[in-house]
Amino acid sequence: MTSSAPKRTRPLSPNIQIYRPQLTSVLSIANRISGVVLSLYAVALVVWLIAAAAGPQTYSTVHSFIRSWVGQILLFGCTYSFFLHFCGGIRHLVWDAGYGFELRTIYASGWTVVVTSAALTLITWIASVGLAK
Amino acid sequence: MRSPLGRALELGSAKDGVKQWWVERVTAVALVPLTVWFAASIVVHTGNDYATLIAWLRTPIATILMVLLLIALFYHTALGLQVVIEDYIHSGMKIPALLGMRVGCFALAAAGILAMLRIAFRS
Repeated sequence: MTSSAPKRTRPLSPNIQIYRPQLTSVLSIANRISGVVLSLYAVALVVWLIAAAAGPQTYSTVHSFIRSWVGQILLFGCTYSFFLHFCGGIRHLVWDAGYGFELRTIYASGWTVVVTSAALTLITWIASVGLAK
Repeated sequence: MRSPLGRALELGSAKDGVKQWWVERVTAVALVPLTVWFAASIVVHTGNDYATLIAWLRTPIATILMVLLLIALFYHTALGLQVVIEDYIHSGMKIPALLGMRVGCFALAAAGILAMLRIAFRS
């Protein structure tokens, strides 16, 4: 068994670039990416709280950035990332409880995540803009 | 905490491999009502001035829920980022990255809680 026979090339699972993207795989990586993105927004949440604790001047600096168009785009990204991770996370919790593994159910819950996260993002912004007036 | 199957098959390190997986789920469940409460409150406070915002944060309910939110959020973040780091970083940077991430999460949680308590107890 010590012979230096050339290593047999074992079959490898196809590389990620070769696979056609499917709803299941896209939502899987989307949940991870949105989680990482949200950890950056968690830093922003602490900055916002520290500014609120520091006083009205510091807070108004942070607040005027949030009110700027860059801030509003970032806040919209935060809202969508949050609802995507929120809905995707609930889907994962249902799986962890042992339900929803039928292929048809997996696709139904997947599309529910896509539609619900977009809808909740829009509803949140419509409510926010409506209340601001 | 170990899974019964892992114990029966004598798999794993005989310590607490399942605990991390479990706490990530526990914090996820806790974050469902906490984040919905926070998002809804922020929506309600759109366009309100600084004094109104502070008055809301100083109410006991808001203070307690904010502190709980920060604890659950950064605990969940640390466990989630740990899995991401372990999946993608295989070099010698793995351990420093894990330690740095943990320190960052603890520091941010501490800073956030301290800021919240300063708002709550400032006279």
